[in-house]
Amino acid sequence: MTAPASAPSALEMRGIRKCFGATAALDGVDFTLARGEVHAILGENGAGKSTLMKILSGAVRADRGEMRLGGRPYCPSDPLAGRRSGVSMIYQELTLAPHLTVEENVVLGREESSAGFLRRREVRTRIRETLAFLHHPEIPLDVPVRRLSVGARQIVEISRAILEKATILVMDEPTSSLAREDTERLFQVIRKLRADGVSIIYISHFLEEVREVADAFTVLRDGRNAGGGRIADVPLEEIIRLMVGAKIADLFPRIERERGDVVLAVEGLKGTRMGEPVSLEVRRGEIVGLAGLIGAGRTETLRTIFGLDAVEAGTIAVAGRGAGRATPWRMIARGLGFLSEDRQGEGLALTRSLADNITLSRFGPYRRRGFLSLKKRTAAAARWMGELNIKAQGPQQAAAGLSGGNQQKVALARLLHQDADVLLLDEPTRGIDVMSKSQIYDWMGRTAARGKGLLFVSSYFPELLGVCDRIAVFYRGRIVAVRPAAEWTDESLMAASTTGRG
Amino acid sequence: MIRRPRIQTVFNLLAPFLGLILVIALFSAMPDVQSRFLRAANLKSVATQSVIVALGALGMTLVIIGGGIDLSAASNIALSSVIAAYAINAGLPPLLGLILGILTGGLVGFVNGTLITRLKLVPFIITMGMMGIARGVAKWIARNQKIDAPLTWINELMAKSPHPPWLVLAPGVWLMIVFAIAMAVLLRYTVFGRHVFAIGSSEATARLCGVRTVRTKIIFYTAAGLFCGLAGVMEFSRLTVGDPTVAVGLELDIIAAVVIGGGSLSGGEGSILGSMIGVFIMAFLRNGCTMMGWPNYIQEIIIGVIIVAAVALDQIRHRRVA
Repeated sequence: MTAPASAPSALEMRGIRKCFGATAALDGVDFTLARGEVHAILGENGAGKSTLMKILSGAVRADRGEMRLGGRPYCPSDPLAGRRSGVSMIYQELTLAPHLTVEENVVLGREESSAGFLRRREVRTRIRETLAFLHHPEIPLDVPVRRLSVGARQIVEISRAILEKATILVMDEPTSSLAREDTERLFQVIRKLRADGVSIIYISHFLEEVREVADAFTVLRDGRNAGGGRIADVPLEEIIRLMVGAKIADLFPRIERERGDVVLAVEGLKGTRMGEPVSLEVRRGEIVGLAGLIGAGRTETLRTIFGLDAVEAGTIAVAGRGAGRATPWRMIARGLGFLSEDRQGEGLALTRSLADNITLSRFGPYRRRGFLSLKKRTAAAARWMGELNIKAQGPQQAAAGLSGGNQQKVALARLLHQDADVLLLDEPTRGIDVMSKSQIYDWMGRTAARGKGLLFVSSYFPELLGVCDRIAVFYRGRIVAVRPAAEWTDESLMAASTTGRG
Repeated sequence: MIRRPRIQTVFNLLAPFLGLILVIALFSAMPDVQSRFLRAANLKSVATQSVIVALGALGMTLVIIGGGIDLSAASNIALSSVIAAYAINAGLPPLLGLILGILTGGLVGFVNGTLITRLKLVPFIITMGMMGIARGVAKWIARNQKIDAPLTWINELMAKSPHPPWLVLAPGVWLMIVFAIAMAVLLRYTVFGRHVFAIGSSEATARLCGVRTVRTKIIFYTAAGLFCGLAGVMEFSRLTVGDPTVAVGLELDIIAAVVIGGGSLSGGEGSILGSMIGVFIMAFLRNGCTMMGWPNYIQEIIIGVIIVAAVALDQIRHRRVA
């Protein structure tokens, strides 16, 4: 790994530190990338991978630490400066303009001209050469990018980077939306680039793919280096252990509860956005966790159950009764409640008051002959705010003014107020402080103890292990294993989520 | 709860009226018009002139709070007035003409709402199309001319001096007041009203909370259409003929009134009181300018400035609160 002194490494990052508010996203991270190397950066969600990459690209400035590019100090002021220095990012959400053609996208922002006119012929030849070099000469130059497949779009992005003479290419989850075939072709492209002396930073949760394509790896955990080395030398289990680390479990208060009847039964359910049919059941007093990688189909399953996505096949029964055509309105009437992962966009009406937000899904108690009693409604909202420890000026405050944790508690208060029998919780603790998190865990336990059924989607395995009775693992659209939480470990969850073998 | 100082409470209570008070004070201070401006007769005529825009604004407020827009409002008013005139001219009883006019407006609104929700197109496009369609149909039915109709009691709805003098204000003005109060109550104290606000604030959230968004949207577009229909009947009452070319561009006055009154074009905000104040700010300005003998273009410039200033001030107020 140590490059000879005569040839400085492509990239060196030393002691990188970055804080957002009081929490350190990165705390003294080192990273070395050799020339012509494919280097995987691994870690759980929130380990600091994307922050590190943002610092590299110039999108975020590090608080401390230094970077050297090919031996020379490197301190990009913005992503454009980063690109000019030869660092190109291929993001998960592709950054192409969908209405422009392949050619226009590739040259966008650096159109070459002489006397004000574009030098198109020259540019077109160069793009064609590049596409041919990437084994994709079939991609047409004059087609709007939106008509290309995701895989082809990725190749267009890569060609753009190569035409900019990128020496370092960062690929963030490049295969998450690719079919296996396209993934194969992408790997060929990566190998070709490597042979050509381009260094590639490869970020992915799919460990098997990482083993296939990467030479070296670095594991981040909680913003620190957890380990690294040549990927061929280290067994998969060891890498998983490095990613997961040793975690404390007393964040999760255990509340004794009894399991009752099946309250939610889903049979062969397939929604328009789900990859494959899914079956599962939840009993009263039970918390069922849904583990898996982002995009594995957990959110889509919850949304289909709740009627937010259209059902193509399968049945949903709540407390033994078939639910009929699923719409959110009907599902709420049947006793389901849903907490969206998109708190700001979907979970809350930010410009409306807390009272509105808490009571919106159930106005019944305040309605008399079509009119609402605002006083009763406000009082009820205030009661739930007390119950969940929501810090706010009062029920009339707009939801936009609250902190993330308190906003999340408002969304949870709505489910409580609604008195739902089955709670579908999608990433309820994402992006909120530890204090609020532990309050939410506690609340989940108490809710289950009151005979409710909970479906709990989380990408953070320790909380699933700490809170759930059973855990189902999703991999690429289907459930690969369901077992009691006690039979899972951090490592086995990670292994099942990343390899699909439970 | 944080207690606000009393002065600020008073200020917040008065804030919506501030613009209106300012406009009235301004013209009352002008030596040329002082004597006539605040006279009862003038106030009555301003009120009567405001009826059509105000009725349109009641529906538009609902639509804008719900995150939509209705560009077809003025065409709808013209179409409804033509239908009412046509019906009465054909010998139907005036009451039936009135009802048909209102229902025509409702139908246009219903079609707007249905297309917006079913085709999943932005309201701007659908209602812009409807703006042309309704205007065209109005001209078609009226064979591109005015429809004369016999004078009936309908034409007294907008009389400045109402027939039983104890009414003081024209029946149309009373209708406007009654509907404004009804709409304000509807928006604040009913489930439907809360749902409209929720849809405008975040449609995804509303759906998530079990609000039947499609149904609610169709209802509020239809309601807006019904108000346009009523405004159309008032237009007919005022003109005594059904004129398919009437009220061109009036939708912008209606939208301006809602926006001046604190309605947000991104939805979720607005009030009936605010919109009514917006209507009267514009009405008093027009009236005052005309009395001063200022040309039309001055009015247009002033109203343009007021729209921008009102919305800018509202934003500043919001930023302070947030």
